[in-house]
Amino acid sequence: MTKIDARNIDFYYGNFHALKNISLSVPANEVVAFIGPSGCGKSTFLRLFNRMNDLIPDTRMTGTIMIDGQDIYDRAVDTDTLRRNVGMVFQRPNPFPKSIFDNVAYGLKVNGVKDKSFIAERVEHALKSAALWEEVKNKLKESAYSLSGGQQQRLCIARAMAVRPSVLLMDEPASALDPIATAKIEELICELTKETTIVIVTHSMQQAARVSHKTAFFYMGEMVEFGDTKKIFTNPEKEATQNYITGRFG
Amino acid sequence: MEEYISPSYGKRKKLMQAAAFICFRIFSYTIALTLFFILGFIIVKGIGVINWDFLTKMPENGMTEGGIMPAIIGTLYLMAGSAVFSFPIGVISGIYMSEYAPNGRIVKFIRTMTNNLAGIPSIVFGLFGMAFFVNRLGFGDSILAGSLTLGLLALPVVIRTTEEAFRDIPKSFREGSLALGATKFQTVMKVLLPIAMPRVMTGLILSLGRVSGETAPILFTCAAYFLPKLPSGIFDQCMALPYHLYVVATSGTDIEAQMPIAYGTAFVLIMIVLIMNIAANTIRKHYEKKTSLK
Amino acid sequence: MKRLADRTSKWVFTVSGFTTSAVIILIIAFLFTESAGLFSTPIVEEGYVLAVNSSNNVKDLNTEQIKNIFDGEITSWDEVGGKDMEIEIFRLEDLEKIYTVEQLGAEYEHAGEKIAEQIYANPGIIAFIPESMIEGIPDIGFIDDRNIRIKDVLFGREWFPTATPSPIFGILPLILGTLWVSFFAILIALPFGISIAIYMAEVARPEVRKVLKPVIELLNGIPSVIYGFFGLTVIVPFLQNTFGLPVGESGLAGSIVLAIMALPTIITVAEDAMSSCPRSLREASLALGAGHWQTIYKVVIPSSISGITSGVVLGIGRAVGETMAVLMVTGNAAVIPHSILEPLRTIPATIAAELGEAPAGGAHYQALFLLGVILFFITLIINACVETVSSRHKTQA
Repeated sequence: MTKIDARNIDFYYGNFHALKNISLSVPANEVVAFIGPSGCGKSTFLRLFNRMNDLIPDTRMTGTIMIDGQDIYDRAVDTDTLRRNVGMVFQRPNPFPKSIFDNVAYGLKVNGVKDKSFIAERVEHALKSAALWEEVKNKLKESAYSLSGGQQQRLCIARAMAVRPSVLLMDEPASALDPIATAKIEELICELTKETTIVIVTHSMQQAARVSHKTAFFYMGEMVEFGDTKKIFTNPEKEATQNYITGRFG
Repeated sequence: MEEYISPSYGKRKKLMQAAAFICFRIFSYTIALTLFFILGFIIVKGIGVINWDFLTKMPENGMTEGGIMPAIIGTLYLMAGSAVFSFPIGVISGIYMSEYAPNGRIVKFIRTMTNNLAGIPSIVFGLFGMAFFVNRLGFGDSILAGSLTLGLLALPVVIRTTEEAFRDIPKSFREGSLALGATKFQTVMKVLLPIAMPRVMTGLILSLGRVSGETAPILFTCAAYFLPKLPSGIFDQCMALPYHLYVVATSGTDIEAQMPIAYGTAFVLIMIVLIMNIAANTIRKHYEKKTSLK
Repeated sequence: MKRLADRTSKWVFTVSGFTTSAVIILIIAFLFTESAGLFSTPIVEEGYVLAVNSSNNVKDLNTEQIKNIFDGEITSWDEVGGKDMEIEIFRLEDLEKIYTVEQLGAEYEHAGEKIAEQIYANPGIIAFIPESMIEGIPDIGFIDDRNIRIKDVLFGREWFPTATPSPIFGILPLILGTLWVSFFAILIALPFGISIAIYMAEVARPEVRKVLKPVIELLNGIPSVIYGFFGLTVIVPFLQNTFGLPVGESGLAGSIVLAIMALPTIITVAEDAMSSCPRSLREASLALGAGHWQTIYKVVIPSSISGITSGVVLGIGRAVGETMAVLMVTGNAAVIPHSILEPLRTIPATIAAELGEAPAGGAHYQALFLLGVILFFITLIINACVETVSSRHKTQA
């Protein structure tokens, strides 16, 4: 079943043509990885799925993106509702300057959930699915800044999962972390596919190979190749892909 | 999860946001309007009073007629006097903090002291000026004492802008000069100062604007209620625009007759401040365009 | 030669780098030395004494009691801890009503005896007379001419620096006046300041911001005497008509003017703080489905709260120290205010209004410098608050 379906996407920052005619579809409950050298447009493309690029002035998109068959750039679509359904984890851990509990509960509260016991239950569930519960269950009232970097990033994943998004976007989620914390996050990504569909941008090819079912290779604003991860890494069709994964550039 | 969210929540959220933003917008426009009202009020009431005689004549008939020439001259004297004192010291201190101070602690200490000096109310400067310059050093009520007091008041602004201007110069400029065998002093004077100059000037002009409008520091150090002649030296008292406005508006003998003079004085004072502001902004803009090296 | 210039210049730079510190030390030194004499000044005007009948058991009066006695508000000695007898006030000029010039002598050489006569004759008398006149005359009681007490100054409820025979320097009304005006000013400025800061940092389009920014800067640059003049000609009459006040000069007029003057400080600092709230936090909030306004009040404001607080505290500092505008619109009545619609008087306004008439070195002059000391310390405390708040912010981020 197709979760996200992007058709003929072009994207501009002012006059700069950042994405060139990209079409791709993401199957439900799988992990799709975007790889490519920096500045290739992979993060820009990711941020189209929850309309984060709307916040940047002087940008323009053409083409359609459907999530669950609904055009998310339709006038009738409310961005707040969309973003509740499409969660996001950023490059650097960015917990709010609040307690651990309040961080995870934030998404529920801003979406109008008032029931205290339901919130507590969701917070616990989200922290468990982010594999953080055991580490923080006795200090939920402490500041999120008391956690280590890796823990903070898992907290951010829990925060995103608390509102039960059906899609989770991850923008280089492990780039600021050490190898052990990275391994934990990768393990988590596989677990999370039970609950959600994941699109992950990564600069590490090994990471893409380890966690994703499908991989898309971006280069200079174009999507060079998209296919099963195994195939991309063992037998790519395009020469550019081959060159990139063998480390000849990028 | 949906069952825990009231169906109207999204609508309420949007409504709250719209209400809040409209509120902010109204507040902001109110303040902008207030400024234009204050300026407009003084300009409209004052501009009719302004003519050549008003600007160039002595006050006459118990300050109910005539012009405000001595007050304008006095304010110019005070601006110049305070500049003579505060510019060199302020610029040199600023350079010291950016280029010479040996470590962060000393810079932090001086910065704290400068901030403290900037936070001291102007009337306290007046008290100090009276006790120190007027009485202890025996300058008496004089342009000298007034200029020194105002100079102290302007010092923090000059120091801060100078320090920031120098600090923002990329390191490579210093290294380039030192590598060619120039001493630190030469580097500062010949390389850094010319680059920092426009921004330093902006700070100086803004501090002059502030000095021109200060009343409290000169109340007891310099300002005269009325003088029949212009000051002849730095040990004479002088009249000043802000003080003139204060006395004419509050303790005049004939309020009806003096009101136009008050409006005219306020107008001239506002104009000085406006010109200073515009000049500073122009220099800043010009400079920002020219140096896009950052 | 080159080296020498380099080394000399270094010294010059170093010395002038410490100018501000030296100035602050000088300011502290002079404020203190000029005000120091106040508490070793006798309560009764110099050269004069308060004489009473030797049978009177009251020996100690404070300045307020003295003033009330001479104003006729205290009429019996039992009100000040003495016997139940009427107080009779005797001033030097009363001599000529009782005695002829011949009796007193051409050069008042007999005045001392005559005063003594009056003091012997009236058990309830209190005489305010030059000390020299009654030197050596026996059997006269005196009110203890002790020094001005710190307690009477700091907690004194009346400020009558020119009262005779003994001036009253109770600074409580001035402190309360300052606090009242500043408090209401901040109360008015706060919603405006924060709203505008949010609007400029978060909501306004760049073009609007480009217009608002210079407006705020200009608002900051307008001299306080112009604000005072505007207040006097526009706000004061407006308040008088709106509230039907006997006089429009009032605490409220001062508060409104101060609010306008404190706004630029609050706005600039608070806006800076909010603009420097990391973009990643905003994005995190929006990505969770929070609205723009929710993001502002749940994330941006809490994370920049220390900067906003600094702005408000600096605004308070500006309001507390402001002189001319307040002097022109508050009506300057040195009484403890009961309502913000009444005239009142602040510390800076008092200094500005009275220093001109206070003879240098006198008790009044010293008292005004003491006010300067208090004002100076209020601003130091405010600065210290700002430093701590903003340094805490830095360690947090």
